[in-house]
Amino acid sequence: MSERTIDTDRWKGDLLLLAKIVAATYVGFASLGLVTGVPINEVAGFLVTVTFFAASFALVTLALNLHWGYTGLFNIGVAGFMAIGVYTMAVLTASPDASPAGLGLPIPVGVVAGVLVAALVGAVIALPALRVRSDYFAIITLGFSEIVRLSITSGTLREIEVGDRVYGTGGGSGIGYTPVDSVIPWLFDRPGIGLLGDLLYGIGGLVGITTSIINRLLYALVIIAFVVAVYALLQRLAYSPFGRVLKAIREDEVAARSLGKNTKYAKIKVFALGCGLMGLAGILWMGSRSLVTPESFMPVVTFYIFVALIVGGSGSNTGSIVGGFVFAAFLWEGPRFLRTIARANLDTRSPPTIYDAALELAAFDVMPLVGYFIGSLDEFRWILIGVALVLLMVYRPEGLLGDRKEIAAATDLSQRQGGESDE
Amino acid sequence: MSEQRTRPTTNVDDPILRAENLRKRFGGIVAVDGASFEVERGSITGLIGPNGAGKSTTFNLITGVYRPDGGSVVFDGGDVTGHSPERIANQGLVRTFQIARELPEMTVLENMMLGPQNQLGESIWRSVTPVVRNEVIQEEKQLRERAWETLELFEIDHLAEEYASSLSGGQRKLLELARALLTDPDMLLLDEPMAGVNPSLEKKLLERIHDLQDEGYSFLLVEHDMDVIMNHCERVIVMHQGELLAEGLPAEIQGDEAVIEAYLGGDV
Ligand SMILES: Nc1ncnc2c1ncn2[C@@H]1O[C@H](COP(=O)(O)OP(=O)(O)OP(=O)(O)O)[C@@H](O)[C@H]1O
Ligand SMILES: [Mg+2]
Repeated sequence: MSERTIDTDRWKGDLLLLAKIVAATYVGFASLGLVTGVPINEVAGFLVTVTFFAASFALVTLALNLHWGYTGLFNIGVAGFMAIGVYTMAVLTASPDASPAGLGLPIPVGVVAGVLVAALVGAVIALPALRVRSDYFAIITLGFSEIVRLSITSGTLREIEVGDRVYGTGGGSGIGYTPVDSVIPWLFDRPGIGLLGDLLYGIGGLVGITTSIINRLLYALVIIAFVVAVYALLQRLAYSPFGRVLKAIREDEVAARSLGKNTKYAKIKVFALGCGLMGLAGILWMGSRSLVTPESFMPVVTFYIFVALIVGGSGSNTGSIVGGFVFAAFLWEGPRFLRTIARANLDTRSPPTIYDAALELAAFDVMPLVGYFIGSLDEFRWILIGVALVLLMVYRPEGLLGDRKEIAAATDLSQRQGGESDE
Repeated sequence: MSEQRTRPTTNVDDPILRAENLRKRFGGIVAVDGASFEVERGSITGLIGPNGAGKSTTFNLITGVYRPDGGSVVFDGGDVTGHSPERIANQGLVRTFQIARELPEMTVLENMMLGPQNQLGESIWRSVTPVVRNEVIQEEKQLRERAWETLELFEIDHLAEEYASSLSGGQRKLLELARALLTDPDMLLLDEPMAGVNPSLEKKLLERIHDLQDEGYSFLLVEHDMDVIMNHCERVIVMHQGELLAEGLPAEIQGDEAVIEAYLGGDV
């Protein structure tokens, strides 16, 4: 059979596209940094941070794309499902002697359990929530995610005494545990792989890159491996009759049901799967710090993920990864890099208010104004995100990759066995 | 129409569908008010009535889109009252909508591929598991062939790779009917399938419906065009203000005074 396998063709093309975007961005940032005299270690550190966030965002965005992009489930409680994943892992793996105490289970057990619990909770929420209209569904998910966050913070769950140990969520001060990125040092403690570690550290030392950056890079690669696996899974789903049913639910659920599709069942399955992936993303992202606190799961996190999805192109898995990357590189970490460059090159003392900056501007000194912007960068990032969204809506409302026709079928529908098309 | 293919039957001997005392109210409006009728297996039955008579609502009650406030629906010997639309469709009772419900951001082919029931790849694990997925791909190729053939039959194969949203109103109705056929139904409920379809294609569609009838399909057809009803239906059911006004052979209906009063006005 000469029919080209649609999967491989498309994946190759997408991989190439992604590689181009990533390479162009990295070369751009790196040369900008090096030309402006930022030390190589800082440039490397920045690129590694971008990689880490890009992979993390890509993973959650893929999960959200399954909900919103494919099935049209308006889940605005993403942060809550991430929290469930991370907290489950934290409680299971924290040391029994710590405060609050954990169960001291191995990290892999914690990771798997975190994913399963997030998926299970998703399924339980879906049962009642998917019965209501889609706008109410959105409110339920948002409410749920806030309930999760507030419950974790609440005094009731803060400390739970069992026997002579005090378990619980630790309230606002969180739970301490061994972070999941300890997998890298752990690997390098193994006899054979340790040599590889020494080699990498050695190379790093030669070009002036610290071991901690190398560790972070390797951990980012671990997340990327998860992104690849999840992407492969979701692409197979997307290009299948199941993916077709999901799209039909998004387009017109009554029509799908009238064609005999059990949409309720499909929605529950897909919601649970997506929530599990959100839990996984939460664990790999926020679980790589040694402390988890409720502030990491504010509703704004969900907003970030939606921005990434919209930027990349809702409904496309490749677009989700591109969106996660672009968001992390340009909207999330990019501004900070510009600050690093500015600080390395300019006298940027920051006046207390924009009014003071304007006063000095009147005296033909622009530096205080620049300094003010740089000093308040975290606030200006919001404006940047807003401007980016507006521009996107005007010039490319379907997102970077959203205009592609991604046909939900396991084979190329335009080709026919007996038909007139080329064989 | 020159061709007269109707088979005279006054009574329903072998009903494939029976609606009994169906009732549905929307706030103050009683849309369907105790309608009872039967549809003969293997027949083309017409359902007519003035605008707002409750025809579409009756379709919605039969196919599970709305839950009836009272009454029952029996399809092929089994009670399906209040069942979910997907369950009813799976049993072989499939409908189209008065305002076509194409899936706009999916291509015509994708729309068509949704028709076939119980596809292997509708299970997550079959779709993602490496070797098992090959069966899914094989089945997709077979379904693709059927989808193309059906599109050709309805003369919309040149639009196969367009988004359904770019189709004209008439083309959407054709797509919906073609898609419904791919579900392999026993009975089709068609809500004004010919509305907006050009006359030459309408003729072909009616031919096709008769062919399908010969293959054993049953049809219940809502239609405002009296020529179609008179020339192509064996039996006609007339609704008026949510109630059943009359039923019988087209010729009988044509002469029924109550029907003329309520519906045909006086122009017959
Ligand atoms: N979802 C709804 N909500 C409220 N009222 C409705 C609804 N659906 C139908 N109705 C009312 O029920 C009555 C019957 O409507 P229906 O659509 O069944 O008529 P019909 O016989 O199909 O008419 P037409 O020939 O114009 O399509 C109308 O008075 C209509 O206003
Ligand atoms: Mg109607």
